[in-house]
Amino acid sequence: MQLSREALLRAYRQMKVIREFEERLHVDIQTGEIAGFTHLYCGQEAVAVGVCEHLSVEDKIVSTHRGHGHCLAKGCDVNGMMKEIWGSREGLCKGKGGSMHIADVDKGMLGANGIVGAGSPIGVGAGIACKIDGKGHVAITFSGDGACNQGTTFEAMNMAVVTKAATIFVFENNHYSEHTGFEYAVGTQKDIASRAEAFGMKVWRGDGTDFFSVFETMREVLEYVRVPGNGPAAVEFDTERFFGHFEGDPQRYRGPGELDRIREFRDCLKNFRKSVTDAGVLEHADLDALDTEVLAEIEESVRQAKAADRPTAEDVLTDVYISY
Amino acid sequence: MAKMMYRDAVVSTIAEEMERDENVVCLGEDIVGGMGTPGGPEAIGGIWSTSTGLFGKFGADRVIDTPISESAIMGAAAGLALSGKRPIAELMFADFIGVSLDQIWNQLAKFRYMFGGKTKCPAVIRMAYGAGYNAAAQHSQAVHQILTGMPGLKVVMPSTPADVKGLLRTAIRDDDPVIFLEHKALYGMTGEVPDDKEYMIPFGHARLTRAGQDVTIVSTGLLLGFCEAVADKLAAEGIGCDVIDLRTTSPIDEEAILDSVEVTGRLIVVDEAPPRCSLASDICATVAEKAFAALKAPPLSVNPPHTPIPFARELESAYLPSTDKIEAAVRKVLSYR
Ligand SMILES: Cc1ncc(C[n+]2csc(CCOP(=O)(O)OP(=O)(O)O)c2C)c(N)n1
Repeated sequence: MQLSREALLRAYRQMKVIREFEERLHVDIQTGEIAGFTHLYCGQEAVAVGVCEHLSVEDKIVSTHRGHGHCLAKGCDVNGMMKEIWGSREGLCKGKGGSMHIADVDKGMLGANGIVGAGSPIGVGAGIACKIDGKGHVAITFSGDGACNQGTTFEAMNMAVVTKAATIFVFENNHYSEHTGFEYAVGTQKDIASRAEAFGMKVWRGDGTDFFSVFETMREVLEYVRVPGNGPAAVEFDTERFFGHFEGDPQRYRGPGELDRIREFRDCLKNFRKSVTDAGVLEHADLDALDTEVLAEIEESVRQAKAADRPTAEDVLTDVYISY
Repeated sequence: MAKMMYRDAVVSTIAEEMERDENVVCLGEDIVGGMGTPGGPEAIGGIWSTSTGLFGKFGADRVIDTPISESAIMGAAAGLALSGKRPIAELMFADFIGVSLDQIWNQLAKFRYMFGGKTKCPAVIRMAYGAGYNAAAQHSQAVHQILTGMPGLKVVMPSTPADVKGLLRTAIRDDDPVIFLEHKALYGMTGEVPDDKEYMIPFGHARLTRAGQDVTIVSTGLLLGFCEAVADKLAAEGIGCDVIDLRTTSPIDEEAILDSVEVTGRLIVVDEAPPRCSLASDICATVAEKAFAALKAPPLSVNPPHTPIPFARELESAYLPSTDKIEAAVRKVLSYR
């Protein structure tokens, strides 16, 4: 375990923030106060955090419809995020975007996305910009196993290779695209990384339920892509989603006991806790203290979101190019 | 007549037509739902429950669950249609046409013309459109104005379960590509639906749903109900509105609109798409060109503002045309001069 105590605590805290942010959303959504479609990222925290812990604010990320984890890991403000999802005008996007369209370009977070597969070409563009700037920065696109079937992803992979964009395709394979299984929808029935390989990219694979696997894998991937001239890379993480595709999904496609099993054996937070305490680098008490702190932080964000200003009809017409 | 939900009218019409004609096939993302999962196929039956049970009845050759690949879905529908099948392709959310537009616009829509009229292209493309669920800018759009503007496509927008039945059957039996737009906020609407398995509504025939002498209100889809509510309210005050449900925007029933305006002299078009280059502006222009002498007031359109669709509840309800806005428009054309 090469990470410092501080780094470990930070990583755990980041994952915990995402977990509690979403567990809380899951509860609040049932009351009907939160509008729209919400797709929870719970279960996949190790990927967002294991990737973003390596990034500076100049590095870019492009996210998906399941974007809360990526946003938080990249440094988006917890309160601003919660307010956005609650539809407040004080939210990160003034209540205009909502859960699926959160962005904070100043933080290098180029947007969640309601269109599956739309992120990859954007990530290539950002990666070309990084290449042009020549400062060793990179752009990362997160995509699901479903998104890897979109033409946009194929086009983006080829273009990234051709242009030697400083970009990384991070595929989060949680085995489901909406309600359809990976084995059915991904024709190779093998993995996603091999597709990237076919485009001539160097690829890596890791366990997306294990922070250390993600973190160490990403260290290598980034070392490679940050070298000017090397061009893009791809990495696939095998992971799990704890909730339904969207909030309200009855999940009839899951097997009996599946959710209990993944919560028991494939929970990245549990796995992290076990690794660090088994290795004797952190005590349970250290982590428990963080848990308490994070819970309070999330509680506060909900309090703020409930109290925040609501948008008014006039706000519909702001930030648009022209109003007729 | 049976009472039926709008969404059930979709699935029962598809089932009836698949039974009648073995060339009818369905394809789309999650239309079976659960393929390759422990829950097994049909765990879902389509995200709108508009394909529930079809897989069990007709099997994997005729009910094809696809990967998330809209371009390939629309292109496959084109290829199926050119090869003697009658595909019904589902594009989950209308907003996703962006991903597949070339296959719809440059391929499907143009075959008949480009091939010198020597080919048929009997594809139906179904999609759920419209606002009302706080699904924000990429999942709420009304896209009919874009598609209506494309020569080669027929565009259908049913506003009742009975119209779903009659228009979808016509769409499936039509030899040209038909865009079939289902409003998400109407899926749960219940209404009487004719039992007749030959019940069909021809395209280009509007329906007069309220009759009055003072104002013509043209609409379709979700907003039709809003217009009817306004007409009913104003009728109590002695103001008479003709409410016209277009049913199809391509072909469009110009005659029904012009005939009504000849009597009322006043036109309001209520449209869910943004105002510029819209269905509303098109109809207003048509009436200005062809019934100018009959007009007692300028034609008026009621649209959302020219913005993407916002997320928050307050913002979305301010965005969508409301009964208040429609009523204000009626009073405005009545007070002209
Ligand atoms: C272009 C487009 N097609 C379809 C959808 C509907 N949709 C939203 S998420 C999703 C599944 C995505 O699966 P995956 O990429 O594996 O990501 P996950 O949900 O597993 O995180 C689908 C089909 C969409 N939003 N955009």
